[in-house]
Amino acid sequence: MEPILKVENLVKRYTKRNLVGVPQEFLALDSVSFTVSAGATLAIVGESGSGKSTVASCIACLETPTGGNLWFEGKNLAHAAENELRNLRPQIQLIFPDPASSLNPRWTILDIVAEPLVVQGKLSRSERMTRAFSLLERVGLSAEIAERPASELSGGQRQRLAIARALTLQPKILILDEALSALDCSVQAQIATLLIELQSSLGMTFLFISHDLAMAAYLADEIAVMSRGQIVEHGPAVKILQTPASEATRQLLAAVPQLSHAPQPAAQR
Amino acid sequence: MSGEILGVLGESGSGKSTLAASVLRLLPPNGEISGGAVLFEGNNLLQADYQELRQIRGGRISLIFQEPSLALHPTIRVGEQVRQVLAAHQSSAKKELAERTREIFNRLFPEDADRIARSYPHQLSGGQRQRALIAQAIACNPAIVIADEPTAALDPVTQAEILAVFRSLREVLGLSMIFITHNPALLSGFADRILILYAGQVVEWGPANSVLQSPRHPYTRALFESLPPAPADSGKNRKQMLLVIPGSSSPTSLPRKGCSFEPRCPLKMDVCREFEPPLVKLGETHILSCFKYQ
Repeated sequence: MEPILKVENLVKRYTKRNLVGVPQEFLALDSVSFTVSAGATLAIVGESGSGKSTVASCIACLETPTGGNLWFEGKNLAHAAENELRNLRPQIQLIFPDPASSLNPRWTILDIVAEPLVVQGKLSRSERMTRAFSLLERVGLSAEIAERPASELSGGQRQRLAIARALTLQPKILILDEALSALDCSVQAQIATLLIELQSSLGMTFLFISHDLAMAAYLADEIAVMSRGQIVEHGPAVKILQTPASEATRQLLAAVPQLSHAPQPAAQR
Repeated sequence: MSGEILGVLGESGSGKSTLAASVLRLLPPNGEISGGAVLFEGNNLLQADYQELRQIRGGRISLIFQEPSLALHPTIRVGEQVRQVLAAHQSSAKKELAERTREIFNRLFPEDADRIARSYPHQLSGGQRQRALIAQAIACNPAIVIADEPTAALDPVTQAEILAVFRSLREVLGLSMIFITHNPALLSGFADRILILYAGQVVEWGPANSVLQSPRHPYTRALFESLPPAPADSGKNRKQMLLVIPGSSSPTSLPRKGCSFEPRCPLKMDVCREFEPPLVKLGETHILSCFKYQ
């Protein structure tokens, strides 16, 4: 079966001018390639600066790649015209790491969920409200708080709201960029359970980007390990975790804090 | 205890940061300590006067916050920020302060100490900024360092490095620490004793091994079971539901009788709603507050 997403030799270069005007280049993505099957979860893991968030931004069409191809359902996102992208972007939604800054704190919960529908302009007001309430229920937010401002929500509730908003336009792919990292452990379990349930009932494809290897291992079918802008290892989750082939993977595994009585040694750089 | 690492485990709303601030009486203007005592080196800090407190804060007890980028001054080089902490507590000559600053940086940054000391915070990585904060915290050789989620903003590899820094400070300097976190796994192999906070109350405490391996309080057990399995074990139970604690922790502003965990507790009984649970001893040092174990 054709994969829903195919990333081919993706390159992203950032150019900055330093204080004396000399351009300096930073290669964030160095020819990254992978595919994702529909309905599956791919976790992209790696340390800070490995390029995983840059991959997310490129796939979500928030950044234009410097080179390479991004095939989504037969169309190349890397070379698509703006009017094509406008139709494609809603199908790939992104959840950000910080629940506080990704939602307008003064808007009500209902308005935040309904906004994508307002922008899309296809439904009447009452249809939008019906859909918004149904989405809130779907993610476990009660209708009673719908008129409250987003600033009154806890971290876990805000991420639920971000997920509800992302689902509004019925996307095919959900990219979770460190979406659980800012949450307390027990709240992470709640949101992870919600994600598993949503995937099973809606058949969505997830891209789970994280440096939390334990949670990635729990949620993902496949894992891609990134280091310095490249994918150093990619395969079924169980295989990568039990028989890691690359040093980067081993370092990440060694650094995972575990609830056992053996003290974890600090990873050697 | 001297040379001990006490882990305080609590999630959002448990009161862990309030606890840290209260020890040094750093609560915001609308906060008030209405009871109890904070005994340090023979004195009750709650009764100390302003001058004494000023000397103790940073000098005898220091505090490390969660976000290094907020705690460090953005336009002062980090070496100077550490030097200022020393100058505030010691009336030493300029040369001695410079010498001591260099000594501290060499301890925390075995390579590149001079370059890091001359850098501004934005020129450093997250891990380096956190080490700079630790440098400020240990500058005056305090008896205790209170660290409030010091590794929360860091990736796991850097997190493990910072934990190693704390361990070595304990070995070499005999530093005592109160390490506050919401992640029980960080305390494994690190803390000597653990104290669990829920909704502003201590629900369980004891030696780390005992609490981590044989947790008894229903909240502690539910919390540990909500953690995803270790990556190497994930093959066995993939996508099997994690134990989820239903609901969320109750706001502590509402006075309630009975146990604060009762609404979410899988083992709740009628008495739990009416009365506050008693302290129960499991062995000499492992104590919890729950009716189930009476």
